[in-house]
Amino acid sequence: MTVEVKVTATLQKMVGGQRVIQGDGATVGEVIDDLERKHPGIKDMVMVDGQIHRFVNIYLNDEDVRFLSQLDTPLKEGDVLSILPALAGGA
Amino acid sequence: MGVTVYVPTPFRKLAGNQTYIEADGETVGEVLDSLGSAYPALRHMIYNDADEIPGHVNIYVNNQEIHSLQGKATPVKDGDEMAVIPAIAGGAIEQPQQRSVALTPEQVDRYSRHIIMPQVGPSGQRKLMETKVLIVGAGGLGGPAALYLALAGVGTIGIADFDVVDLSNLQRQVLHQTDDVGRPKVESAKDTLNAYNPDVNVVLHNTPLTSDNALEIIPQYDYVVNGADNFTTRYLVNDASYFAGKTLVDGSILLFDGQATVFVPGQGCYRCLFPAPPPPGLVPNCAEAGVLGALTGVMGSIQAIELIKQVLEIGDSLVSRLLLFDALSMEFRVVKLRRDPKCPLCGDEPTIKELIDYEGFCGAPFPGPDGH
Repeated sequence: MTVEVKVTATLQKMVGGQRVIQGDGATVGEVIDDLERKHPGIKDMVMVDGQIHRFVNIYLNDEDVRFLSQLDTPLKEGDVLSILPALAGGA
Repeated sequence: MGVTVYVPTPFRKLAGNQTYIEADGETVGEVLDSLGSAYPALRHMIYNDADEIPGHVNIYVNNQEIHSLQGKATPVKDGDEMAVIPAIAGGAIEQPQQRSVALTPEQVDRYSRHIIMPQVGPSGQRKLMETKVLIVGAGGLGGPAALYLALAGVGTIGIADFDVVDLSNLQRQVLHQTDDVGRPKVESAKDTLNAYNPDVNVVLHNTPLTSDNALEIIPQYDYVVNGADNFTTRYLVNDASYFAGKTLVDGSILLFDGQATVFVPGQGCYRCLFPAPPPPGLVPNCAEAGVLGALTGVMGSIQAIELIKQVLEIGDSLVSRLLLFDALSMEFRVVKLRRDPKCPLCGDEPTIKELIDYEGFCGAPFPGPDGH
């Protein structure tokens, strides 16, 4: 299954400047593995030691997957994932 | 068949002051008819004398305007969201002003565009004038936030910043002007805010916030607006605001992206949102990566709006919600933000019970004259 994955500006440079990319997989983890095949290096920006970085949130539609089943969260047709790293900027 | 219809502010008083109304119907026309039967005054706004939707009112189904669909015959189904959006021309609504003994005639005049709105009124204006807000950082976010709060007549605005104005700040930081380059930012900020509104008591904290002073400074205020530009200060301000029991209006920016939310103690905090900071260097800051100047105005203004809503106790705040703004796609999105029962600060079994070593936690020093 293919889902849309929205990425913010800091990750966009790894995916050729796109803001929305496509990922294949039945779970959040499978989609990230697929993104790594298409955009090598992106997985390290999102995960470490098999877990999502603690400064990165992945949303399934509007829900943080940390409060669902994390990387095992199942996906269905039409779902949208968003990868959101913390931003520190204020000045 | 249940459809949720969003009613914007100008129409809300015609609809029992509801923001959302559930209505039935299988087409847009049927839903509008059922709304019109329930709220006859609203019907006059949605339909003209010829029983057509007037040109200045747009109807949306799931964010799509119905002219691009099938007009009133557009089918709707259970769970769809409709919105009735009139063009707003601005300007004043003719309405007698209620004068308050506590406001001088000059204040009534100055704040009249706020006071005539029933959501503010003289009592709301007095609440704003009694409110004390601490702004952390007199930069991209803190600037427009402080500016709009000063214009609104917020009584006391504290500014915490240790920096001096640099030429590269002036692409976005509206509190400072060319002649201010080299001056302490807090002084430049005070001059600007008082030039806009001499009634505001601007309190200066010309020092980096640290674990040593945060719990002396923050408790002096009712609310905190976060315009910090580094993770070390962000985690400190989060924890100190929580310990002081203060609501924190949070915002952050980078490149073309902005995030904003409101943390009320006990209803989620920055650690629930992002449990730990990135290792130094992995997520760039604005100085390294850049930031769109006008984006800071959008996000700082949103922080000012949320602060004013908190003071006035109106509307639906960003508590438990994270607003995301992408200036390139020009999209606003909202995702859920939950209090994490496992949060080390505000969770069920907290392990952080006092301010910690934030420089160690973040692997980065507090910026400031003594920080590096």
